[in-house]
Amino acid sequence: MSLTNIFNIAGSGMSAQSIRLNTVASNIANAESVSSSMDTTYRARQPVFALIQQQVLAGQSANEVVASGAGQGVQVTGIVESDAPLRQQYEPTHPMANEEGYVFYPNVNVVEEMTNMISASRSFQTNADIMGTAKEMMQRVLQLGQA
Amino acid sequence: MAITFDKALGIHQQALLVRTQRAEILANNIVNADTPNYKARDIDFRGILNGEMSQNASQLKLNATQASHQSGLMDPNFAAEMMFRTPLQPSLDGNTVDVQQEQAEYAKNALAYQASYTFLNKKFTGLMNAIKGE
Repeated sequence: MSLTNIFNIAGSGMSAQSIRLNTVASNIANAESVSSSMDTTYRARQPVFALIQQQVLAGQSANEVVASGAGQGVQVTGIVESDAPLRQQYEPTHPMANEEGYVFYPNVNVVEEMTNMISASRSFQTNADIMGTAKEMMQRVLQLGQA
Repeated sequence: MAITFDKALGIHQQALLVRTQRAEILANNIVNADTPNYKARDIDFRGILNGEMSQNASQLKLNATQASHQSGLMDPNFAAEMMFRTPLQPSLDGNTVDVQQEQAEYAKNALAYQASYTFLNKKFTGLMNAIKGE
């Protein structure tokens, strides 16, 4: 029954969006985490989304091939760190300042992260709606033939 | 003349199946709204219907003279021809999903599903009434 597939698809979307929300939270929380060297500074993290492609198995009926052609939702294939340049500031009085008096701020763009957050929460909402509609459709089938 | 479920229920059971599959495809589009390079896909319900009507016009009347004749009008296997949606505007990441459009289609599809369901349910109610003879 392909209605159950919708639950898997929407569920994969919700989990991917919550991973995205997690990285946003981590990025914003660490937006001001200074460090005294370039290597140890926090870098903005972004998830990579990709379509889950189901393999077409031998002996599948045409309906099953259609179902697999529809894809099976979304997955997070990895989390990459941003290559954007770090913010270097001259603050000799800062306790984390290095020998030259510089501290390094993460390359987190807070405005970008906020828009990312809104987009993720909207997408999550949409996926939850999809699931609700699929649930309604399924409940109707269960009542089929009842007067 | 024997009464079979296939004859009594008509095309509505196949329509319900196609609607279910379309719901899955649309859900997959919406879920991948943020996936780079994902192309939105859909099946052409009207195309399925027209294809069936032009190819098997006689099936429309359901006058099966042999036991091997197909009873339904719609064959969900026609749905195998999925097509890519034409995007309204290009996007930088190569994604062609328009969430609003997909959501509208999904809602429309759910309504059509309910319509097919209601037809099917009424068929069952009619059969029940016939059996009870009330």
